Amino acid sequence: MNRYPLWKYILVLTVLTVGVIFALPNLFGEDPSVVITTEDGEIPAEETQSEVLSFLEEEGLSPAVHEVLEERWVLRYDSTDRQMRASDMISAKLGRDYSVAMTLVPATPQFLRAIGAEPMFLGLDLRGGVHFLLQVDLDAMINDTLEGYERDIRTLMREERIRYSSIEVSDEQDLRLIFTSEDLRARAEGLISEQVEGIEIDKQPSNGDYLLIVKLDEDDQQEMINLAVQQNVTTLRNRVDELGVAEPIVQRQGSDRIVVQLPGVQDPAQAKEILGATATLEFRFVDHSDFPFTGDPDDPDAVPAGSELFPTRNVEHAGDYVLLERDYIVTGERIIDASSGYDQQTGSPEVNIRLSGTGGRIMNRATRERVGDHMGVLFIERVTETELVDGEPQRVSREIEEVISVARIREALGGRFRITGIDSSEEASNLALLLRAGALAAPIDIVEERTIGPSLGAENVERGFMAVVIGFFLVVAFMAVYYRVFGLVANLALFTNLIIIVAVLSMLQATLTLPGIAGIVLTVGMAVDANVLIFQRIREELKAGTPIQTAIDRGYSKALSTIADANVTTLIAAAMLFIFGTGPVQGFAVTLAIGLATSMFTAIVGTRAVINLIYGGRKVTELKI
Amino acid sequence: MEIFKQDPNFNFLGHRRIGFGLSALLLVISIGSLLWQGLNLGIDFTGGTLVEVGYEESIEVSEVEAILAETEFEDAQVMHFGSPREIMIRVPPMDGVEQAQISEQIFDKLSAAHDGVDLRRVEFVGPQIGEELTEQGLMALGLALLGVLIYVAFRFEYRFAVGAVAALLHDIVIIIGFFSLTRMTFDLTVLAALLATIGYSLNDTIVVSDRIRENFLKVRKGTTEFVMNMAINQTLSRTLVTSFTTLLVVCALIFLGGEIIRGFAVALLVGVLVGSYSSIFIASATSLALGVSKQDLIPPEKEGSDQPDLEVPPSERP
Repeated sequence: MNRYPLWKYILVLTVLTVGVIFALPNLFGEDPSVVITTEDGEIPAEETQSEVLSFLEEEGLSPAVHEVLEERWVLRYDSTDRQMRASDMISAKLGRDYSVAMTLVPATPQFLRAIGAEPMFLGLDLRGGVHFLLQVDLDAMINDTLEGYERDIRTLMREERIRYSSIEVSDEQDLRLIFTSEDLRARAEGLISEQVEGIEIDKQPSNGDYLLIVKLDEDDQQEMINLAVQQNVTTLRNRVDELGVAEPIVQRQGSDRIVVQLPGVQDPAQAKEILGATATLEFRFVDHSDFPFTGDPDDPDAVPAGSELFPTRNVEHAGDYVLLERDYIVTGERIIDASSGYDQQTGSPEVNIRLSGTGGRIMNRATRERVGDHMGVLFIERVTETELVDGEPQRVSREIEEVISVARIREALGGRFRITGIDSSEEASNLALLLRAGALAAPIDIVEERTIGPSLGAENVERGFMAVVIGFFLVVAFMAVYYRVFGLVANLALFTNLIIIVAVLSMLQATLTLPGIAGIVLTVGMAVDANVLIFQRIREELKAGTPIQTAIDRGYSKALSTIADANVTTLIAAAMLFIFGTGPVQGFAVTLAIGLATSMFTAIVGTRAVINLIYGGRKVTELKI
Repeated sequence: MEIFKQDPNFNFLGHRRIGFGLSALLLVISIGSLLWQGLNLGIDFTGGTLVEVGYEESIEVSEVEAILAETEFEDAQVMHFGSPREIMIRVPPMDGVEQAQISEQIFDKLSAAHDGVDLRRVEFVGPQIGEELTEQGLMALGLALLGVLIYVAFRFEYRFAVGAVAALLHDIVIIIGFFSLTRMTFDLTVLAALLATIGYSLNDTIVVSDRIRENFLKVRKGTTEFVMNMAINQTLSRTLVTSFTTLLVVCALIFLGGEIIRGFAVALLVGVLVGSYSSIFIASATSLALGVSKQDLIPPEKEGSDQPDLEVPPSERP
């Protein structure tokens, strides 16, 4: 009795070994580092590397270690002060062709990294940084779309000579048309449902008037919202990349919210400036007095009054510079969607653009008389960079203006038009991306903002760690005194449990937050419950005069159903927390659930293995419990 | 080492009227305080702005209030947070003021007045998010209770489920009442602790109920009350040991975990104490009051001659 088959011992040992290996990376800590990549995300060339190194040596800022890790060039430092200074110096020296980011790089040894063992990811409350929750203003976007339909329908009514009392966008996010007779309404309904796509029409009796309600089609609207939020995520991600923050998080949350987390960033004002940055687009007519541009770009007289000269980016057939008229036709805010595709007749690549109602109206009026002329798309972006001023790094913001497309106007343009004559499908999809990502698809509001200072973060880690350690030792001491040998075995299980929890969290690459630490601490307190239940049962059996070996066996088997019931009910509570909670509550729920599962394993299977090794299969006269 | 050398034999259920009375009193105080002064909700729930700053030397709350009095944030709530060198400022949601700028303005004002002010934490939560959180919190609570009710009714018997849920509601109301009475801030971490307490209290209740069921199947003689009392006494050592170890850890959190996690730890402390008490005086007593009996727990197919061993073990013989 009380002997495990060999496979059970092997199972326990395997779990323990894997646990130790995957928990190990957390012991090595992290080095403050500067990570350098080229603009295209590649490792800088050898010569650039040695140039940077000798420059740093001159400044007395040589890194402790420099190495290539995961396609990035990493310079490790021993203090954050030196790291920050070095980062400023390097980014000022290398300029905008390189991305220079400050980050903490885990000091995990190579052999652990090789098998994919990485430390847990620390949450913002533990490392400091900024968290934003942004809300996408969908109402504004829907209203803009409805205004577009309003214009289309007005034109339609006029062309077909259907008289109406009024057409207007209501507060209920629909379009209301009022007619004076049933006949007019029926004709209008037939016409609209035939001509306009993506809407639902509803008739409603109203006193004396004949009301027609046009709503956006539910599916269409859902897709539009989806695209807008997705596009905002992309735009924000591009902007965050400009910040040079390591390991940023830009994630969609729910239907219309976006979470942005910037570890290590301490200045929310600067972060907000860049997130809300105005990368805008302008559609302008090309000045044909000198097209393609032949003058000297440095000569101010080469630019006629009323025009401006801009450099071009990847625009074929237009030279390096283009003269555009000073006034714009519409701006990128009017773009609702842009997608790349192929011309159905010629099969050549094209970009389809959809403007908002107002945008389409303005575009139509402006292009009607300029068929045959060229139109240019100007991309304006405000960027913040680090520059060396008198040997001191300083942050400067400046505007970049580039023409990203020049195309001939073949006919009067409206709300939907396309840019053709593009060389490759790749170029077309890039242009579509720029048109889309240039500006935000729908306005965003900051609905939640949390900043944790680095000193507070470090303090949180230290205190959380202390609480775990002290709490753990108090419990261990008590168990050893109260249950003697069995108590020691339980302590072993408790310790193993802690290792396995850390290992599982590391394997899942879960983010450890303060409530997560609390979850671990609580697990330590409650994890002993399973062992307490078992040990009390064994004591009862011994008091009842059961033989020792039988008492151990019955103790375990009788306690099992109680432990299962109790843990399943707690798991139900943890699941509810996870499903209906948000960020920190979810973190707590995950650690609690993992803790429950691992503690069941260590407390039931693990301790039994050790107890069997000590007492199993031999004659025992006294049980130290 | 053992808490009880002899098997304990306290007549818990015999004194259930005292227990009910005590609980009723606590519930009345809790609900009364909730109705009278409500909860001191944190910005997670109310929305608003929270700014925590650290000074190099101790600073009086009145001094900070004086600085803020000259600004539009004169109504801000100022308090010490953790130590006399740390100050927490809470500004309710304001109409017409760009929410996200409040923290910057406050920090600028404070650092203009004193040197060495360190911005430790800024939190801004929109009022809409706060509303959603309250709804989500209540929903999580409601569904957790429902899930428990269903599971326990399925595994045990509906009277036990009612008893368990009554005990949980009892614990929740008392913890919330405690936070209302002491005016401690009720924030997201306290909500998490509240839900963790549900897990703990439930754990306790299930252990006792499990033993009651076992005894019903095993013990032939004795009234329902006698059998239930026996189960409570048998599990008493375990209840005390587990609450004690959990309390050890919770106390470590309270004293060492830092200010941000203190609300969480205090809620757990109250939860563990009340949870252990309620598994006896509320859960068991309620199912007893509802008239649970041996017949309710005996599986029908095992009735009659198929009954397993009905012998009372010597140690459990009355």
